Amino acid sequence: MSEKSDPPLPLPRNASMLIDSYDISGHSGTTGQNTALKRPVPALSSDTDVVKERPPVSPQPTDSPPPNGADLAPETRWMLAVRDQRDKAAFASLFDHFAPRLKGFIIRSGSAGAQAEEIVQDVMLTVWHKAEQFDPHRAQVSAWIYQIARNRQIDLHRKLGRPLPEELKEEPGQEPDASQIIAVQQETQQLKDALSRLAPNQRDMIEKAYLGELSHQAISTQTGLPLGTIKSRIRLGLERLRHDLKGMR
Amino acid sequence: MTAITQHTPDALLAAYAAGTLPPVFALVVATHISMCAECRAAYESHQAVGGALLDSASEATLSDGFKSNLMAQLDLPMDQVITRPAPQPTAKAKGIYPAPLMEVLKNKPPRWRSLGLGMKQAILNADEGGSLRLLHIPPGQAVPDHGHNGMELTLVLQGSFSDETGHFARGDLEVADEELEHTPVADGGEVCICLAATDAPLRFNSLMPRLFQPLFRI
Repeated sequence: MSEKSDPPLPLPRNASMLIDSYDISGHSGTTGQNTALKRPVPALSSDTDVVKERPPVSPQPTDSPPPNGADLAPETRWMLAVRDQRDKAAFASLFDHFAPRLKGFIIRSGSAGAQAEEIVQDVMLTVWHKAEQFDPHRAQVSAWIYQIARNRQIDLHRKLGRPLPEELKEEPGQEPDASQIIAVQQETQQLKDALSRLAPNQRDMIEKAYLGELSHQAISTQTGLPLGTIKSRIRLGLERLRHDLKGMR
Repeated sequence: MTAITQHTPDALLAAYAAGTLPPVFALVVATHISMCAECRAAYESHQAVGGALLDSASEATLSDGFKSNLMAQLDLPMDQVITRPAPQPTAKAKGIYPAPLMEVLKNKPPRWRSLGLGMKQAILNADEGGSLRLLHIPPGQAVPDHGHNGMELTLVLQGSFSDETGHFARGDLEVADEELEHTPVADGGEVCICLAATDAPLRFNSLMPRLFQPLFRI
């Protein structure tokens, strides 16, 4: 437990100010706050020898223009069009990307063909109807859909639904923060790269854990995945919801 | 206010995201995440891992007409198109009780029952899936010395307690396993109220609590 009791990261009021220099390069001139952000926060162990520290990405000038919609992953753009415009064509694109993967994923976690398609249908319809819950400042579409799919598979086997944390909502009238959205996207990409570099037996163990095939006692904390940086980034996304976080510490 | 210092371990958060945590523990974790931004961020980072795996999953062929059939249902209300939709949580946080806990309490105050010595408990679940209860411990009072046959999660909702392993205040989560024998004592000041979950009966080390155990269902 002590490994997670680091002091909270300093969280600036306007997180976007940090983004340009955050974790993009190791070049000098960063402030103390940035250094704190870059410090790998050990979560699932970040120091096994399977995945090394990610190589530094080439430096970007800190005065680069803010990212625009073109930098968003297509899935994010589709999802925002579904959420904000109820765009059926965008939903069809999301379907084309995710439905076949979802079916493959659900079959792997033990549901046979016909039932797997029923679950895919329920999940995709939930994506359409619950689109307002999608917050790109904290999650990629894939992460959001993953949780919907797992919840659905669990709920089908239980009388009571899976207990859910209190839902957090954005304060009305808040502008989207493109740099935060892009940063979550980049961190997710880093995570995917790290997954692809894992030794086969380790990746297999992780797949089993997240497909729901391992009990909590069997889940190893030595996964070799560097979760510290994405966690810090999501934490910044949560800060946007400060109003709702008042009751929390 | 002091910071939450005792967080949910990562293996439990990953299991919670994957849905493999027994329901009584899942409820404690959902309650803790509702109080602790740090653990919410950690939980959501596990969702990101799941999402990355989903995104790189091998694609399975969908049957003919699946997509057009689904697209045709978009304008229908959700409860008409999803078989047995999961009950949506409706409860709101109240006082010291976060929303997931209010959901289990069905939006009503806990039904406290006396345990003697000023201690009270409210049983929220007691079956083969494990026990879930609220404990009300007066300042300075000790919970009888006990061990665990399985895991015990204790989340502080009000006041604080200390035991052999440390000090736990509002929002802190103690994870006790089979190795730990402890005697939690409520600190001075406020009444300590905790949410406690076990997946197996507790092992009390003295006769009196053991005699009362069936009666109190702990």
